Amino acid sequence: MNAVLRIENLRVEYRSRELKQQTKVAVNGLTLSVQTGEVFGFLGPNGAGKTTTMNVLLGYVNATSGAAFLFDVNTREPIARQRIGYLPELTYYYKFLTVEELLRFYARIFEIPKSETETRIDQLLKLVELEHARKRPIRTYSKGMQQRAGLAQALINNPDLLLLDEPTSGLDPLGRMKVREIIQRLKNEGKTVFFSSHELGEVETICDRVAILHQGELKVEGRVSDLVKEHQCNLEQIFLKVVGYQSQLS
Amino acid sequence: MSKIFAVAGVVIRELYRRKDFYVLFILTVLITLLMASVHFFHDDRIVRFVKEMCLILIWLSALVIAVTTAARQIPMERENRTIFPLLAKPIARWQVLLGKYLGCWLASGAALVVFYVFFAAVSASREHSLPLASYFQALWLHWQMLGIVIALTILGSVALSPAANVTIVFIISLGILFMGKYLNMVAQRMTGPSGTLLSALYFAIPHLEFFDVRILIIHGWTTPIPWADVLLATIYGFAYSAFFLAAACLVFRRKALN
Repeated sequence: MNAVLRIENLRVEYRSRELKQQTKVAVNGLTLSVQTGEVFGFLGPNGAGKTTTMNVLLGYVNATSGAAFLFDVNTREPIARQRIGYLPELTYYYKFLTVEELLRFYARIFEIPKSETETRIDQLLKLVELEHARKRPIRTYSKGMQQRAGLAQALINNPDLLLLDEPTSGLDPLGRMKVREIIQRLKNEGKTVFFSSHELGEVETICDRVAILHQGELKVEGRVSDLVKEHQCNLEQIFLKVVGYQSQLS
Repeated sequence: MSKIFAVAGVVIRELYRRKDFYVLFILTVLITLLMASVHFFHDDRIVRFVKEMCLILIWLSALVIAVTTAARQIPMERENRTIFPLLAKPIARWQVLLGKYLGCWLASGAALVVFYVFFAAVSASREHSLPLASYFQALWLHWQMLGIVIALTILGSVALSPAANVTIVFIISLGILFMGKYLNMVAQRMTGPSGTLLSALYFAIPHLEFFDVRILIIHGWTTPIPWADVLLATIYGFAYSAFFLAAACLVFRRKALN
């Protein structure tokens, strides 16, 4: 199998602007790869370095050392993002546009031909069940609808790799189920999914492999079934063990 | 180019869905019509005064539209975090900046056309003549001037807060428009390094006043400016816009977004 996402010895430091403030190491020596067709869970407590890693993959932040590659192209190059779809944790879209206009705009960024764009918009709005609201400005959408609009924009280029940042965060159980079904459908279509989440039960159900990050370093990586067998406990307990959590109740 | 036009399209859509332009246009129309309806001392020359006031309002309104629209583009993208899904697509940061510039410039151009059509209508109704070539030149040069101001604002927007940026750009633009042409004269009267510095400043700043031909159309110059001069002014405007945009791209390229 080919690695669609490859991170090699990644180190990211944030330098404080204030004098006497130490440099903060957000990610240290991270190496991992995701193969074609995998659903990969990227886990870690808040501040573990997940978002920073995502930021490097998306080109928002440059690596201090090491590198990240999407389809063997360094993520510093915009073209590395030609075959990916990205769904942020919260809905960050132009609220004065309708979902149709938003999708048309992003399709132009991907240089998708006009005729194909309209077909894809129809398909995606049907998939995310937003056909009835296609002419309404996004600002009038509920949170669940906005998240589904986000999912539609992430799929506009029929991506081979999806980067999802806590895709079900803040959604009601029905919304979560819909997003999960869509991820499952994409997996069945052979797409690769890389997603960060705090919902460990969900990760255990959907993911083939997981990586757990803590304090910027990779602590555990492997197939979910292998990890569960090895540690003789579920993913949540493995996670708590890795981050060194000790219950105050016992 | 298609990516740049796509970004520009969103900027234009935003502008016509906001109310800024409509408010400024209605205010300009109301003030001009109010002044046009008054006959001070039954003086026929009042038409020049009406034209002058109308053009001042147009210049102010266009400057406000251009600067405020350009100043909020990148900061609002960052504040609303819409920059993140956008940059997660195969688009370079310089393409985003150029798209923003183009969108603001085209939107300002469209606003100028509406303003100048109104001006031409007011002027024609009073003077019974329509020097179209002169009006077109005034509009064109005004648009080139706004191009420089928008590029300068975009440069400021990648480094400063919107409020600081708007204030600085307004001070610079109005300062150059009112005092730019006098800088060299003052420099010649000064001796020593301060004179040299002022002289250098005179040659470095974009002379926005070169694009201001209001006086010609107020006093009814029917002969248009030589087209070669208009072309030179256009090249001059493009050169300054390109310089400011290149600087903006350099600053924005290095910015960590998180």
